[in-house]
Amino acid sequence: MRVRELCQKSALFVAAAAVGLFALGLGGGAALAKTQLLVYTAIEADELAMFKREFEKDYPDVNVKWVRDSTGIVTAKLLAEKNNPKADIVWGLAATSLVMLANEGYFQGYAPKGLDKLDPAYVDSQNNPPLWVGQRAWIASVCYNTVEGKKKGLPLPTSWQDLTKAVYKGHVVMPNPNSSGTGFLDVSSWLQLWGEEKGWKFMDGLHKNIAWYTHSGSKPCKQAASGEIPIGISFAYRGAKSKNKGAPLEIVAPKEGLGWDIEAFGIVRNTKNLAAARNLADWSVTLKANKIYNKEYAVVAMPGVAKPVKNFPKDITKKMIKNDFAWAAANRMRILKKWQSRYGAKSLPKKK
Amino acid sequence: MTEGVTTLSAAAPLARPILSRDDWIMRWGMLVLGVWLSVAVVLPLYTLLSKGLEDHAGRFVGLANFAEFFATPVLFNSIYNSLTIAIISTVITITLAFVYAYALTRSCMPGKGIFKGIAMVPILAPSLLPAISLVYLFGNQGMIKGVLMGETIYGPIGIVMGEVFWTFPHALIIIITALSMADARLYEAAESLGTSKLRTFFTVTLPGARYGVISACFVVFTLVITDFGVPKVIGGQYNVLATDVYKQVIGQQNFQMGAVVGMVLLVPAVLAFIADRIIQRKQVALISARAVPYHPKPKTRFDMAMMGFCCVVGFMILGIIAVDAFASFIQLWPYNLTLTLYNYDFDLRDGGGWASYRNSIVMASYTAVIGTVIIFAGAYLVEKIRGFTVIRSLVQFMCIIPLAVPGLVLGLAYIFFFNHPDNPLEFVYGTMAILVICTVTHFYTVSHLTATTALKQMDPEFEAVSMSLKVPFYKTFWRVTVPVCVPAILDISIYLFVNAMTTVSAVVFIYSADTTLASVAVLNMDDAGEVASAAAMGMMIVCTSAGVRVLHALLTRGIARASQAWRVR
Repeated sequence: MRVRELCQKSALFVAAAAVGLFALGLGGGAALAKTQLLVYTAIEADELAMFKREFEKDYPDVNVKWVRDSTGIVTAKLLAEKNNPKADIVWGLAATSLVMLANEGYFQGYAPKGLDKLDPAYVDSQNNPPLWVGQRAWIASVCYNTVEGKKKGLPLPTSWQDLTKAVYKGHVVMPNPNSSGTGFLDVSSWLQLWGEEKGWKFMDGLHKNIAWYTHSGSKPCKQAASGEIPIGISFAYRGAKSKNKGAPLEIVAPKEGLGWDIEAFGIVRNTKNLAAARNLADWSVTLKANKIYNKEYAVVAMPGVAKPVKNFPKDITKKMIKNDFAWAAANRMRILKKWQSRYGAKSLPKKK
Repeated sequence: MTEGVTTLSAAAPLARPILSRDDWIMRWGMLVLGVWLSVAVVLPLYTLLSKGLEDHAGRFVGLANFAEFFATPVLFNSIYNSLTIAIISTVITITLAFVYAYALTRSCMPGKGIFKGIAMVPILAPSLLPAISLVYLFGNQGMIKGVLMGETIYGPIGIVMGEVFWTFPHALIIIITALSMADARLYEAAESLGTSKLRTFFTVTLPGARYGVISACFVVFTLVITDFGVPKVIGGQYNVLATDVYKQVIGQQNFQMGAVVGMVLLVPAVLAFIADRIIQRKQVALISARAVPYHPKPKTRFDMAMMGFCCVVGFMILGIIAVDAFASFIQLWPYNLTLTLYNYDFDLRDGGGWASYRNSIVMASYTAVIGTVIIFAGAYLVEKIRGFTVIRSLVQFMCIIPLAVPGLVLGLAYIFFFNHPDNPLEFVYGTMAILVICTVTHFYTVSHLTATTALKQMDPEFEAVSMSLKVPFYKTFWRVTVPVCVPAILDISIYLFVNAMTTVSAVVFIYSADTTLASVAVLNMDDAGEVASAAAMGMMIVCTSAGVRVLHALLTRGIARASQAWRVR
């Protein structure tokens, strides 16, 4: 008898829980007082908590909700939602992507308070008020594992062309530009440095040495840090971060010049939380925000703020190429498609 | 013949029974179940099929996408790779599982319970986990990479090793069942005729177990060809169909091509499924009422050899888990081997942090509870309903479909169906509810079959007696059926819970920023290069599943003793 009661009671509980779930699914999140700001971003996950904390300290009635992924994924996701955007603000995404999205009519213009204090090179110059505003720059770098390099007899590469040498065969990883913003800025910078023909020829040579292409821009440097693959084409922040943690890394800035991109923000045209989105925009151009940017990145939008960052290559800012964002944005799709058809499958024997 | 039909149809109106209230309720219940399964299984799959025939703007383009697929050597090549991996993995897994099962059923080695328990461990882990361990073991910085003699683990070798680990228990369960059903009289006959041991094995043992072995082959083949956790982590640039779907959809947001590859993936899965069904139908009862259960006799040398084999396999299984656990506590492999909890600080990493672990627990609990209610009640209706044959067989068919649908394909179908702006159910998209619905559906069939088996064991006289006493069927269901079936109900719920904790393939397409899951976090952290944290989250999943398993075992023992007393005479 007791067993039966037990069974029946637990079954009743089960049924109640089932009803509860659907009630939850229907009415979830309706009764929250704070403004929920949906922010699409490609900033590294280990920095996001800090940004959220610092911003919400200054604007306590806003609750930031991140949707984070690699640059390529966030961009593709935004494009997929073009007809009915879900994000309130895109924040910390590559300027190349923002220019492309702005051309699609994704953003509304807004000049944050204190915009005049920023370097004009970091602000959308095509529109007034600007559709996008830059925050800081991230710069390509090569992570080289000194321990494994020595073991395998790999000399320290000092230029991009070095990486096409036969000695590095199978010892280099780089991100797939289709999913990773870092991967794209590399490809874009090579094409801008040497022109299309020479640029693709360089990539053909590099492709022979690549062990595999990774999904994210951080993984090549992390794999170099663990010695899994001794050389990773990644970006300076990731390299410095791993080196600070004790990885035997040398962060190399190849001498031909470095690809870079701006992390920037733009307010989505149909946002229902305009006030909160503008709060974040205003906050993002303040001195405080720029100082936070500088904790991990060597180049920020407000002149005179940046101090050198530990373990970054010394002359990194001098090697940044003259980056044409309009060109990169206009050609992004074409370049990615061409890249995919040439290097999409590493294992496949190349037909020539 | 014609005469018979006429007589039947003429007699039908006369013989039609008057529908009672019970019948009406059950028919309505059956209709509700049918609608539910249509929404959860049939319509999404239909949407997927039609998506493969559209271009980016949603215009109908016929087979153009398929033409593009077959014209792209990179993609086409994956079919060959997938089949190769699946066949090799199946052969290895089945061989190992057969010997292991043979040891468990036909030897008198000590410690059978422990060996069986160890063999079940891989079920508690997402398929990404063995792949991560293999990187630590055989990667370029691997602990024992010398074993591979210069071959790289990144590619077919690594994939096959990971898949064998992960599919081993699935094959083992089926083969154990097949080997347990043996008639001792056949062996006695063979012995008295002086048949050699080897000949007995080939003429008695193997034929008896062949349907189980074939079934296990199909299960493993399907699991391998549709799994993407292992090749994702350790495949290097060796493309297989499952990773192609992921790359097309997540990496390039090319949904049309994703749908096409998904359908290509559906073909081998469905073929294996149909073949298995046909073969199972041929199986006749091997165990007649006069059969005498086979009991192995102790044979020291044979038993020791069997135990040796089980020790080796068991050591490998536990070794893989141990490597993962070890890696999760290391500061920076291989340069800084200080032990640390740093890798468990998930909030600093991709994948949603600790919230994703909490979400997984919530999702798995809902799946276990709601899934068990729906599946058990559904199985009851299908088993006990009177008449209504057309709808009944339709619903029964829909209950079986999910077994043939790979998780990736189901998840993709859910995006297309539930994220369509014209779908009135669009509001569940991006919520916990869609994850629960998807996971219940993904694991529907096995649970349904478990429930059906349990229900079939019940004497239909309970219903007959209740009906003659004018007790409504739901009271009988509540007071008799449910208590009697408690062990099966608990089995279903634990099966759903553990699978919900470990599944990646279906949910990877439909989780949202608020509903990140632990298993998906493992994938995302590995993608970002945070391999140690991925291993750490994998350990959290294994420990949780194992904990729930132990709890379930204790609970089953307690409840079963109380509710199953009737089985003992």
